[in-house]
Amino acid sequence: MEESQIKVPAIPELTKEDFVSDQMVKWCPGCGDHAILSSMEKVFPKLGIRKEDFVVVSGIGCSSRFPYYMNTYGIHGIHGRAAAIASGVKIANPELSVWMITGDGDCMAIGGNHFIHVVRRNLDINIVLFNNKIYGLTKGQYSPTTPKGAKTKTSPQGTFEVPFNPGELVIGAQGTFFARVTDSNPKMMVDVLFEAARHNGTSVVEILQNCVIFSNKIHDLITSKETKEDNQLHLKQGKPMLFGKEKDKGIVLRGTKLEVVKLGENRITEKDVLIHNQYDHDPGIHNMLARMAPPEFPIALGVIRAVEQETYEEAMTDSIVVAKNISPLKSVDDLISSGNIWEI
Amino acid sequence: MTHKKNHVVELDDVVVRFAGDSGDGMQLTGSLFSDSVAFAGNDFATFPDYPSEIRAPQGTIAGVSGFQVHFGHNNIHTSGDLADVLVAMNPASLRASLKWAEKDAILIVDSDAFIEKGIIKAGYDTNPLEDNSLVGYNLIKAPISRLTKEAVKDLGIELKTALRCKNMFALGIVLYLFNRKLDSANAFFEEKFKSNPLIVESNKRVLKAGFIFAENVEAINSTFRVQPAKLKKGKYRNITGNRATAWGFLAASERSGRELFLGSYPITPASEILQELTKHKQFSVKAFQAEDEIAGICSSLGASFTGSLAVTSTSGPGLSLKSEAIGLAVMTELPIVIVDVQRGGPSTGMPTKSEQSDLFQALFGRNGECPTIVLAAISSSDCFYSAYEASKLALEHMTPVILLSDGALANGSEVFKIPKVADLPEINPPIVEPNDPDFKPYRRDENKLSRYWAIPGTEGLRHRIGGLEKENITGNVSNDPLNHQLMVKLRDDKVKRVANYIPKQKIIGKNSGELLVVSWGGTYGVMLTAIERMQEEGRDISLAHFKYINPLPKNTKEIFSKFKKIIVCELNNGQFVSYLKMNFPEFKYEQYNKIQGLPFMVSELKEKFSSLLNE
Repeated sequence: MEESQIKVPAIPELTKEDFVSDQMVKWCPGCGDHAILSSMEKVFPKLGIRKEDFVVVSGIGCSSRFPYYMNTYGIHGIHGRAAAIASGVKIANPELSVWMITGDGDCMAIGGNHFIHVVRRNLDINIVLFNNKIYGLTKGQYSPTTPKGAKTKTSPQGTFEVPFNPGELVIGAQGTFFARVTDSNPKMMVDVLFEAARHNGTSVVEILQNCVIFSNKIHDLITSKETKEDNQLHLKQGKPMLFGKEKDKGIVLRGTKLEVVKLGENRITEKDVLIHNQYDHDPGIHNMLARMAPPEFPIALGVIRAVEQETYEEAMTDSIVVAKNISPLKSVDDLISSGNIWEI
Repeated sequence: MTHKKNHVVELDDVVVRFAGDSGDGMQLTGSLFSDSVAFAGNDFATFPDYPSEIRAPQGTIAGVSGFQVHFGHNNIHTSGDLADVLVAMNPASLRASLKWAEKDAILIVDSDAFIEKGIIKAGYDTNPLEDNSLVGYNLIKAPISRLTKEAVKDLGIELKTALRCKNMFALGIVLYLFNRKLDSANAFFEEKFKSNPLIVESNKRVLKAGFIFAENVEAINSTFRVQPAKLKKGKYRNITGNRATAWGFLAASERSGRELFLGSYPITPASEILQELTKHKQFSVKAFQAEDEIAGICSSLGASFTGSLAVTSTSGPGLSLKSEAIGLAVMTELPIVIVDVQRGGPSTGMPTKSEQSDLFQALFGRNGECPTIVLAAISSSDCFYSAYEASKLALEHMTPVILLSDGALANGSEVFKIPKVADLPEINPPIVEPNDPDFKPYRRDENKLSRYWAIPGTEGLRHRIGGLEKENITGNVSNDPLNHQLMVKLRDDKVKRVANYIPKQKIIGKNSGELLVVSWGGTYGVMLTAIERMQEEGRDISLAHFKYINPLPKNTKEIFSKFKKIIVCELNNGQFVSYLKMNFPEFKYEQYNKIQGLPFMVSELKEKFSSLLNE
């Protein structure tokens, strides 16, 4: 991100301490949620927004306890409905910075309908999706992102279900911003959350989060020291898609498909490698990037898609301004005595 | 034969019913007729009776759409029992509607539609216009289709388009019958079809053709006049219950200074509230068509947290879906109004038919100890005041309010005396000032027990609320056993104390005596008519009609104790009576229940009450 683009706030400088709540954090020791909380506390003071203008909304689940741990205005809602509650907050007051904290079950199972619609409407809400591919708070049942065949409390023989890929779902729902990070890379998390906050429209940040109790090491292939370099592609706007310990592997487009290549082999050079363009309205490459997964591909991390489009609340506000200008009705008295009336 | 009719019969009140295929435009015809009676200064009430299918198979009983107008010069409180004039555009509508007509009613039928195909489709064996089955009625056979085509033949419009105007021919006949002018209907055409002068012209011509036909036809040998109503001085308009509900919220928004937010999902018969409010962005209304019923209420709750006057509108099945979120509203003690325009249930039930069967759901349909205020609008025009008062109670007591309307109120219309918004009671929500050092999320007003409203964006009031039980005052998450008991009691007491802020229950008639009739919500007009008639006949009967359901008015028990007999009348299987038995088990209650998707009739009520008085 370029520092010059950051709004210079005309408000007292804030620090992490401004957002730390006085409540005891009750997640399990070692849970990935702690790192996410810490990153959020770092991002909020930097956004140039008054601390009273943040609203954190959640549904139900481990992740959804989040509002209690941030010293902002907050609503801990009901299961799956955070997107709808957050929509009401944002439409009622578009000046607020609205954050929705959700998990894979809350967001894509019980809350699937609200999720696709908030994304489609492009309300300027920042959705932080903790994806640990399991139901944690209800103690270990499979979720809509649990890999097919995984054994859980409700799939003792392995699940039969094909999981959702959140990125594909967002892009399919006409999403304007999608990014993916891991809970083990706080620096990237901070950078990406910052970009998500700056995006005008619905931003979805999928955080591959580790549940130490019920799906421990579910993201190990991506996050472990030994394998992460070869299994992570860090996307940067305008930069070639290179990865690997030696940055000697890249992604190319061959025909209609992506392919992993090694620089130097078959006369492949850096020039052949795809350049990332998160601003491309065409969702084709973004969708392919969202789908990439080991072992065939590295997983794409960073901002995959960030395109500009009018937000719902902008359109709503505009239509109110227009109506106020053109309507002859200036008060409710005008309205109820308009049209066919008679006097006795 | 062309002779002017000099014979004018004076009538106190008249019921006219228009019936036709659901594509025939009967709802429009009926509402244009009610506009004309409004302009003539009559009091009136209307009742649309239509199928849930948009266009059920043409010519079948299933596809019959009706619209009844009751007007008169006395106070008109109901849409009338039986029609004095029935317009039937085809055999099916005659067959379906004849049971709603007086035995000597004037029947106006489109004789062109009584051909073999239509007669068979309607289930008749023989042509009812010719088999003497209509003896006793005053039958006016009008070749409506043919004369409609004739009236517009030189305009060069398609036959199909021409025939769409035939409802206006029928309207012309009825307007003539009641000595009305064509002006208000013509003005409507000019406004509605202003982009298409040909359609304006054809409607005008057909309307006039119907009027002239009536003037000339021998079967009509007299016309009728209904004197203007003796209404109080003031400005009046016609209003449907759904529109009145929407406008009540607008007034409450203006008076409270809180922006109106409506989160809603379309559902019959409540959709017009959403449609109406989307039209009024000039008042900063934010009407959000949500993806489902749950998102409707949840978005409203988000807006409520953010400081809006938050409303969600629905019907029975939608209320079921909103239950969990109403629980969240009770727990977070946020103001929100949930409008339930009741329809026949359970499940999808009878979407276009009215019923009062969601009372239990409104009172009890949630998990946990979950009390809300419940109000029931009592007439189409009262929907305005009920929506206003529901908003006031929600905002001032920081609690959800369920406002029960019903399909008959919602789509029915009546005369509405236009109030001044400034004359409505003040609304003062308990908003916390910035940096108030005493603010705690669950600190409460001593009298009302309501908590205070700290709105996001306000300095010094950041706080979290949610569905988990909270510690009293601090609002911290708490599983403490005694705190839970305290909070349950506080939430319950908060709603009970609303009884201190609502009017006492009124009685129509004497305060004591032989028979007290008890009813609630949308049946007010018909109950009042029946009771007033029996009182005029000298019967010892009084009416207590309830608008405040939870809490009940404080004097309810006292009222009940002064009567020998109590009968509770409602359009369900006995929900209010069960609630009364629960609250006041010391009384014996008789019941009168109708569960047919239809309103009460004055005649059946009188019959029931007479038999009780004669026992």
